[in-house]
Amino acid sequence: MANKVYKESALALADLLQDNMTIISGGFGICGIPDSLLAAIEQSGVTGLTIVTNNPGLDGMGVGRLVNTRQIKKLIASYAGENATFAKQYLAGEVELEYCPQGTLVERIRAGGSGVPAFYTPTGVGTQVAEDKETRVFDGREYLLERGIFGDLAVIHAWKGDTEGNLIYRMTARNFNPVMATAAKVTVAEVEYLVEPGEIDPEHIITPGIFVKRIVEVAKPHKHIEKRTVRPRA
Amino acid sequence: MPWNREQIAARAAKELKDGFYVNLGIGIPTLVANMLPDGLSIQLHSENGMLGMGPFPYEGEEDADLINAGKETITKVPTTSFFDSALSFGMMRGGHINISILGGLQVSEKGDLANWTIPGKMVKGMGGAMDLVAGVPRIVVVMEHEAKGESRLVKECTLPLTGKQVVDLVITDLAVFEVDPNQTPSLRLIELAPDVTLEEVRQKTAANYVEALS
Repeated sequence: MANKVYKESALALADLLQDNMTIISGGFGICGIPDSLLAAIEQSGVTGLTIVTNNPGLDGMGVGRLVNTRQIKKLIASYAGENATFAKQYLAGEVELEYCPQGTLVERIRAGGSGVPAFYTPTGVGTQVAEDKETRVFDGREYLLERGIFGDLAVIHAWKGDTEGNLIYRMTARNFNPVMATAAKVTVAEVEYLVEPGEIDPEHIITPGIFVKRIVEVAKPHKHIEKRTVRPRA
Repeated sequence: MPWNREQIAARAAKELKDGFYVNLGIGIPTLVANMLPDGLSIQLHSENGMLGMGPFPYEGEEDADLINAGKETITKVPTTSFFDSALSFGMMRGGHINISILGGLQVSEKGDLANWTIPGKMVKGMGGAMDLVAGVPRIVVVMEHEAKGESRLVKECTLPLTGKQVVDLVITDLAVFEVDPNQTPSLRLIELAPDVTLEEVRQKTAANYVEALS
């Protein structure tokens, strides 16, 4: 019987990782990042990676882990601030960076995951994002042709998943994760709670199990907060 | 006296109307969240996948899974919904968000906006800014009038653009300008901060504009 459940992140990724592969990684800042899977990629030592993610986390955290170890050849992201090590490597010309507007980035991933090779978008017209891209006018307005993205591997974080790979997320830790789950040859999900089929109401499932090839439970992950902002009690 | 950051935000808050879905950028725009007009139903959108943003949590109630686009801890409200990034940017690009208030580095006299990078110096990125200006029908830019003695209202942006002819209103510490693409020049000075003179604005503004105080 097919089994999607792996005991550890390293085991779930062991035979999948190769130098020079394209890995799509969920998360926004360090919220909803597959940190256990990224730690396993770090420890594997694969290099020359193309990483597709919103932003390269913080120093040594999330995708930032792979920045510190110089495992990344190219980053495709909408934002690269808040990670001083990445900024230094980029300004020194040691790592490639393709800036992609956030909405275009997620739509490229959605397109890649749903069999659409390219699409037109108004975002970026008249900016450096438009350089070398085809344009077309629809109803009097100019649009850019953007390509879909499909990775060799997607690593994502969900809150709860069942052994079939059906997933639900928690608040803004959802972000890119459900979209990225659809857009790679193999998607590996880490979940905080692994449950039996039937324990998640089918009406509430966000990512159907068809998109998830492997799943690993990471109980009680230590979640960091990037900017702790509070208000005083009245 | 020119407006301070809070006063710029308070002036921007006057642009919000009942029933609006509103996206606030990072920096001065974030301050607008604390100045929403009383008695109006306004839902704040956060690009990372949330509509209906509440205030900062009480100390001890922060949750790493509940942050805004500036990665700050926030709270839910009864109207809150969560969704993925694709749907979130569909709301923006598809014109469903009514207004966005953004920071700026430069605004040109034609309404071009530059606000995402200073080449060779600042490794940041456009994040969702290019999508916002492409899709949201009304774009308000709030910024200091000058940076290190240089006007940020310019004839042509010298910094990489976020979008061309996308700005509708600019609020600085000195004045408020609207951009009307049907007029030449498009940039129109419509309001001064208290005790700021027309002469001071003339001296500190590189862009061509019309004085159209009401």
